[in-house]
Amino acid sequence: METNKTYSVNENGYYGVYGGAYIPEILYNNVEELKNNYLNIMNDDSFKKEFDDLLKNYVGRPTPLYHAKNISEQFKATVFLKREDLNHTGAHKINNALGQILLAKRLGKKRIIAETGAGQHGVATATACALMGLECIVYMGEADIKRQAPNVSRMHMLGAKVIAVTSGSKTLKDATNEAIRDWINHAEHTHYIIGSVVGPHPYPDMVARFQSIISKEIKYQLNNTIGKEDPDYVIACVGGGSNAAGAFYHFMENESVQLIGVEAAGKGIDTGHSAATLTIGKPGIIHGSKTYLMQNEDGQITEPYSISAGLDYPGVGPIHSFLHDVKRAQYISITDDEAMQAVLNLTRKEGIIPALESAHALAALAKFNFRSTDTVVVNLSGRGDKDLNTYINFLNESNYAK
Amino acid sequence: MQNRIDQLFNSKTSNILSIFLTAGYPKLEDTMDIIKHLDSSGVDLIEIGMPYSDPIADGPVIQNSSQTALNNGMNVKVLFKQLKSLRSTTQLPVLLMGYLNCVVQYGIEAFYKKCSEVGIDGLILPDLPIDEFNNIHKPFAEQYNIHIVFLISPETTPVRIKQIDAASKGFIYLVSSNSTTGAGKGISEGLKNTFKILNALHLKNPILIGFGIKGKQEFEKACESANGAIIGTSFIEMLGTSTKFEKDIPAFISSIKQTALTS
Repeated sequence: METNKTYSVNENGYYGVYGGAYIPEILYNNVEELKNNYLNIMNDDSFKKEFDDLLKNYVGRPTPLYHAKNISEQFKATVFLKREDLNHTGAHKINNALGQILLAKRLGKKRIIAETGAGQHGVATATACALMGLECIVYMGEADIKRQAPNVSRMHMLGAKVIAVTSGSKTLKDATNEAIRDWINHAEHTHYIIGSVVGPHPYPDMVARFQSIISKEIKYQLNNTIGKEDPDYVIACVGGGSNAAGAFYHFMENESVQLIGVEAAGKGIDTGHSAATLTIGKPGIIHGSKTYLMQNEDGQITEPYSISAGLDYPGVGPIHSFLHDVKRAQYISITDDEAMQAVLNLTRKEGIIPALESAHALAALAKFNFRSTDTVVVNLSGRGDKDLNTYINFLNESNYAK
Repeated sequence: MQNRIDQLFNSKTSNILSIFLTAGYPKLEDTMDIIKHLDSSGVDLIEIGMPYSDPIADGPVIQNSSQTALNNGMNVKVLFKQLKSLRSTTQLPVLLMGYLNCVVQYGIEAFYKKCSEVGIDGLILPDLPIDEFNNIHKPFAEQYNIHIVFLISPETTPVRIKQIDAASKGFIYLVSSNSTTGAGKGISEGLKNTFKILNALHLKNPILIGFGIKGKQEFEKACESANGAIIGTSFIEMLGTSTKFEKDIPAFISSIKQTALTS
């Protein structure tokens, strides 16, 4: 079956006008090596066998598609949660980290680097490196190290070296800059495992393919449950946009499925403290890719803000810039407060503590007037353990628990 | 008018010294003053860095100088205003070096036009892909007589070096090692091998070496193989501590040039 043709990357690495590879010459060979090999490797039978086996027996896939009856009643539609939070290491990030580590091994790379925001991609990469016996260095903004302390401890325990990044806003953007600089300085034997659908081609396409398992499973799981593969809505949060790309992937060609990406409005999109790139950004170049980014009129990248470290990023994957421009997907934004209310709502109604990132997708449920016959899938991309400190502080301040 | 970069290489093919400064560093209004002193100190070529918030190819020294310059209020528009006096200050070839996003946001044609108006001779944009240059930038570069200098590294394949040579005008910027700027890997012995390959390719452009050229020793070594070299990080470090440009800039330049000229 031919799927995902209109919306897939072209042979030059572009989605429409977005994407490409805007990289210093020193990285040309590495990126070219990846570009020339990733599809062959991913389509190779031995690769598929090893990857599928790991996803099933190590990660615990397929993840459940859970019919959340209590919030279905609340939002007057049939709401399913795609439980990526139940993956090993607690988020969808492991799908991509394992895929890329198998690829890196086949390319003969000895040293793995990664950036991380919330720490989920860092933990996933550190886990994959522990499993495969590879050296692992994770760049993480100093501000994120503070707000995601449990994940930093996990990475250390897994044997990864976590390097605190002190430039710029000390968050995901700066961690990515520093990882790229490391790659430039150690180009020969290092593979950079980018954690989202960002960066130079072929990363956005490669990461989307590794995450596409999410929508592949949703399709057959829906078919088994309600007798049709396609829901009316798929909702996912968007920082760089990897879980959304994975959740949208196999639905993109069916225009009857409404694709909703949810960015972080932070304190509000007009406050100057936001990370809603597609709402307030403009096209430009960030981290090797042409895409929307938050910037001033001089082209300087401006500092994003979100309570959620995983969405606190001034760019967005080029696939989302394209889906946004051609109106195949709709992008909305959710404030810190709305996300926090969604955390508490899901916790109390369904007994599931979501990650702050995923809570942005959950909060979007309140923004639509669903028909009672609508089937809505929310991608619950990660679990909330890493955010417990933030939640406890919020509860103490708001007296919600009392 | 013949491009000043071509004029330079037509009259001089060895020991060419190019100096990189960050516009608006250490103080916003220092740009033209530094250029004036570089001119009178006898450098051959000047590269002005346009500060960027996210300079992925730069090490800490140039990163910090960029951030300071941005904090000082430097941006592309301010720089072009400062450069209005460029051609009453120096007749040396001058290039702008920076990241593509600033050029895109200014407007690509408008940027080339403005470069031409203020007397800029060339542009170095490390994240500009060759295809994008050929498809979008090239007509403007030709119309406004702005030379685009592309980079190569010791790992660049001969086939690609030929493509880069075809796209480049003025000179080719050879990165001394696979590193960000100022990484201190120095000039490796492998450079001689690199030049064996480069010489056999009979390139149309001369070659200047950059990244890791700190002082006299590295400069001389670079000049053994290349037409010259570019010094950035150590010059920026000097500017950061200098209290008197009129004394410190000539001293810095002569510390590099003295023996190189007689060798």
